[in-house]
Amino acid sequence: MKVLVKRNSAFQEFEVPRYPSQTVLDVVTYIQRVLDPTLAYRFACRVGMCGSCAMTVNGVARWTCRTHVDKVVKSDQMEIAPLRNLPVIRDLVTDMREFFDKWAKAKGQFSGSLTKKEDFQKVKPDSPKRVAVDAGIECIGCAVCYSSCDVVAQNPEYLGPAALNRAWTLVKDERDSITIERLRAVAGDAGCHSCHTHMSCTEHCPKQISPTAAIAGLKREVSMALFRKIL
Amino acid sequence: MNVRAQAILWTAQRASAAVLGLCVLVHLATMIYAVRGGLTAAEILTRTHGSVAWFAFYSVFVLAIVVHVPIGLRSVLGEWLAWRSPSRDWALAVLAGFLWTMGMRAVLAVFG
Ligand code: SF4
Ligand code: SF4
Ligand code: FES
Repeated sequence: MKVLVKRNSAFQEFEVPRYPSQTVLDVVTYIQRVLDPTLAYRFACRVGMCGSCAMTVNGVARWTCRTHVDKVVKSDQMEIAPLRNLPVIRDLVTDMREFFDKWAKAKGQFSGSLTKKEDFQKVKPDSPKRVAVDAGIECIGCAVCYSSCDVVAQNPEYLGPAALNRAWTLVKDERDSITIERLRAVAGDAGCHSCHTHMSCTEHCPKQISPTAAIAGLKREVSMALFRKIL
Repeated sequence: MNVRAQAILWTAQRASAAVLGLCVLVHLATMIYAVRGGLTAAEILTRTHGSVAWFAFYSVFVLAIVVHVPIGLRSVLGEWLAWRSPSRDWALAVLAGFLWTMGMRAVLAVFG
């Protein structure tokens, strides 16, 4: 199979042998170990948990450790590039700082009000709020959604689907104590109101999360807060 | 512009879209109904002149356009031309004034 790997804006060609159940990450690892040890790429868990291996494969952002070559190869050829919308450090490695800084900007940290002296708060697993949290909580921070979002490309300030999805899981958390501050952090031109609902994030999220639905929820909550004059 | 104002703009755009949707339907339906029997422009004008209800309806229509268009353009200018400075909002306020003037001019001509 012919594999084109993007390195500093030009594509370099490699010939990689095929074998059953081969993943895209296996291909990259083969190139680095056998063909060219200078190739830089990032991975850790190899089982779809750490979120560090995402790359653009044949033009689509994917987690490479859980993407089988069979699924993406076209006429025995494959193109691998770093994630879009993030600065490239080298070869296939992107700088994720901005991506995670935006989680912080969206107030993505949990903030409760109970101390260790109090009993822990019980949240019913089947309560509507907890169900909404469950829908978005399994995010692995891979930035596939962020890389697939055209609004991020057009508006560098935009917090992006993952950070907004994270904020949504906290807004719906019954223990949360800073909901209004968080809504303020995610509203407006840099936040949920810039989303065009074109659903690239939802289409490509490897964890089947719908940041689009989370963002729609945030818009609803912000409108409610405006209406109740608490924003 | 602060975040609260941006959120209000978004809400205003959604609300004006709902009003526009309704206005367009009523507008199309009456137009199709009015020309069905082969009315001329002059005949239509004699019927519309002085109608308070239609004047009010089309004034609301114009207002919805004045709210909706500049807010939508605001995003387009920001995303396509990276025009995000306060001058964008001033320019759009001027556009809103222009749209309102032109719209009301037409409404007055037909229903005044
Ligand atoms: S739905 Fe919103 S966040 Fe998701 S890709 Fe589209 S614009 Fe980006
Ligand atoms: S929402 Fe999905 S695509 Fe986005 S960072 Fe989380 S797991 Fe990755
Ligand atoms: S290597 Fe951890 S998710 Fe792919």
